[in-house]
Amino acid sequence: MTTNSDVLILGGGPAGLSCARALRGLGIHSAVLLERESEPGGIPRHCGHLGFGVREFGKIYTGPDYAKRLADEAVGADLRLRMTALKLERDGMVRTTGPNGPEDFQAKAVVLALGAREMPRSARLISGERPFGVMNTGALQQFVYLHGTCPFQRPVVIGSELVAFSTLLTLRHAGIKPLAIIEENERITARQPGKWIARLGFGVPVLTNTRLIRILGRNRVTGIEIDRGFGPERMECDGVILTGRFRPETALIAPSHVEIDPGTSGPSIDAYFRCSDHHYFAAGNVLRGIETAGQCWREGKAVAGMVMARLENRLPLREPDARVTLQGPLAYVYPQRIYRDAPTTNPLLFKARVTHAVHGRLSVVVDGSVVWSRRISALPERRIAWHLPYRDMRDCQQVSVELDAA
Amino acid sequence: MRDTIANSRAVIIGGGVVGCAIFRRLAMAGLEPVLVEAATDILDGASKGNSALLHTGFDAPEGSIELTCIQAGHREYLAIKDHLNLPLVESGALVVAWDEEQLAKLPAIVEKAHRNGVGDVVQIDRNELRQREPFLSERGLGAVYVPGEHIIDPWSAPLAYAHQGLAHGGQILRRCRATGGEFDGSRWNLQTTLGDISAGVVINAAGNYGDLVEAINRKSPFTITPRKGQFVVFDKPAAKLLHAIILPVPTDRTKGIVACRTAFGNLLVGPTAEDQQDRGRADVDRAMLEQLIAKGVEMIPGLARHSVNAIYAGLRPATQFKDYQIAINRERRWITAAGIRSTGLTSALGIAQMVGRSFAENFGGMRDEEPIWTPVPNLAEDRPRQYLTPAGGDIVCHCELVTRSEIVAALDGPLPAGDLGGLKRRTRCMMGRCQGFYCGAQVLALAEGRLLS
Repeated sequence: MTTNSDVLILGGGPAGLSCARALRGLGIHSAVLLERESEPGGIPRHCGHLGFGVREFGKIYTGPDYAKRLADEAVGADLRLRMTALKLERDGMVRTTGPNGPEDFQAKAVVLALGAREMPRSARLISGERPFGVMNTGALQQFVYLHGTCPFQRPVVIGSELVAFSTLLTLRHAGIKPLAIIEENERITARQPGKWIARLGFGVPVLTNTRLIRILGRNRVTGIEIDRGFGPERMECDGVILTGRFRPETALIAPSHVEIDPGTSGPSIDAYFRCSDHHYFAAGNVLRGIETAGQCWREGKAVAGMVMARLENRLPLREPDARVTLQGPLAYVYPQRIYRDAPTTNPLLFKARVTHAVHGRLSVVVDGSVVWSRRISALPERRIAWHLPYRDMRDCQQVSVELDAA
Repeated sequence: MRDTIANSRAVIIGGGVVGCAIFRRLAMAGLEPVLVEAATDILDGASKGNSALLHTGFDAPEGSIELTCIQAGHREYLAIKDHLNLPLVESGALVVAWDEEQLAKLPAIVEKAHRNGVGDVVQIDRNELRQREPFLSERGLGAVYVPGEHIIDPWSAPLAYAHQGLAHGGQILRRCRATGGEFDGSRWNLQTTLGDISAGVVINAAGNYGDLVEAINRKSPFTITPRKGQFVVFDKPAAKLLHAIILPVPTDRTKGIVACRTAFGNLLVGPTAEDQQDRGRADVDRAMLEQLIAKGVEMIPGLARHSVNAIYAGLRPATQFKDYQIAINRERRWITAAGIRSTGLTSALGIAQMVGRSFAENFGGMRDEEPIWTPVPNLAEDRPRQYLTPAGGDIVCHCELVTRSEIVAALDGPLPAGDLGGLKRRTRCMMGRCQGFYCGAQVLALAEGRLLS
């Protein structure tokens, strides 16, 4: 049996729920949202601390309350829980399985809002045995907030992206003060960390320029080996929380015909959030790892507008006018494909990240002319974003984003 | 006087793949054997981390016990796999020559294979290699094609053997380490951490502890020096880069680094070969893993774009001898099945046949029972998994598509998972690309109070 609809949204986190809500606002009622967990909300669902919703709702929520509000606002879409998408096919056909067994869905527009996950220990190639007590923030939060347990008493926190502070809040909720935050780079990745730390009063030592070399222990973590530039040192601890280094959740996309950008490791898109197969759109952290729930929420809303344009046949169906090329230490720029047509009044939004900490000048060159440029000072896990009016795209035959390191 | 906790005509020490296969064979012969395993679950030692291949023996030492056991094991696996619901990915293998020197060695590999009775082995040229493996590096100059080498599930197979042995009246004791024993001229009194066991015959299948267990009976003629092998498992999309198992031209010491798909749909590169003294420390090392990845990319350039799913290390029970250490001492009623340094996954069923025959000839009292088949849940990617059935929609592990009922089932039954590792091996939960980011807490909640450790 195949369920047909105008729009199918895969993923019930901030991006997917916001898209569902916005579609309803635009008068599109034939929309189905599939979520694989038993509750909608995505990652905020297990971030039991405050810090969500200011931009969207003008009020600070905890993650679960924010997730609930998103879900309440999305009512109207046909929300199907515990549904796992298995395969993306051409023409918007999606194979799934769920409580009633295998089921097929087909839609004129499929929105991929699949989210992201932190890089696990394995992909970080960390040396050592495999004791219990090594996990990502996501797993820790599920232990603490969803199951009311904490797997350790004296853990260390690896990484200092914003999510590391979510880790600290989670640990504090469990009554635990970690021994240290360990960061490879010479400065903390999250913006305004001093403010965060001062406000939260954690007093957790932050070791910068410090590498985690090895995890010690056979059955349980007994310690770690770190290197602060003077050779290996041992630090006793009973847990290791590997935070950040989020990667898009592309398990569904990678084996499919939908193109993945090696830079973002998410699906490549045009400025309409459309994937290489025009039946598919993408929003939220599946585009790159990662931005805040608020940004994902905005993207979900923006995608709804583009889906509307698609249903009204206002989006170009031809090959893109240009593919964006990169020069200099840029990890990625998206959108990766550009058309000169402006389907809405919104300007073109570019987002980028750098490969390593860098100061320099970032420019957009269209058909040989610099149409935009700005001095930047950037860290690898921090977003760079800028707008360009469509008129700057000119004939849009060649678009290149260039970063000259100072 | 300590309690005697069990009394059996045959007691097998070690619940690895070899121990499980012997357990099955002896149980099916009506011996009601007892298997003792020191760890909290079976398959926790050498059998935990291998390359999951079903070998033909084409390159095994001629005239060796290993060759005999590999070939008998290969035949029996094919004969029983459907009854036990075990997978077989018929990939074939290619021994690839990467330079002229290796190319010159290929004819001798083909000749040896033929002498070993593997008659379908042929040499193929560069073009055919390219046709068979379009994603392989163009540096491949030619290869030996071995059609009979296959990929299997390294854990479901021995688990099925253990289950079948249990169904035939055997008993498995876990967290039961053999610490000593006395032979009174007719029976063994085996001391274990759970109590004493009276045994008509003791079978040493203790893997990396084989020489220590052997010392219960005699001064061990062999010494185990664990050989560590590290592996890198790439995410599922990488599996499309390879069809056959890619083997190197072998050296004396090791079969070298292999690249192959897995039954679960990943792509694996490994193992390294590092001798060490510690029998329990299977740690990974970043520098080695980076070398493995580089080696993988050298063989299959497209791998560079793929991410790593899992890293692991296994310890192989190597001795100072090249061949297996299989022996029987009729007077002291002791059978040794040790030093299975490699190929044990394939040869286990063959070793079990050999031990079974030996037991019958020397101690007798065996009969052929009508087989009771104990099929295990399928975890292989190329055959229907439970999530595709109407019963299986409730998925807990999204990466490996493991259902709640699969996890609950693995925590129940005659041989429930003893620890988290055992649960992972029985279901594949937490073994995927996120390594438990999503499901870890839920899996542990399901397992709460159900595991031995």
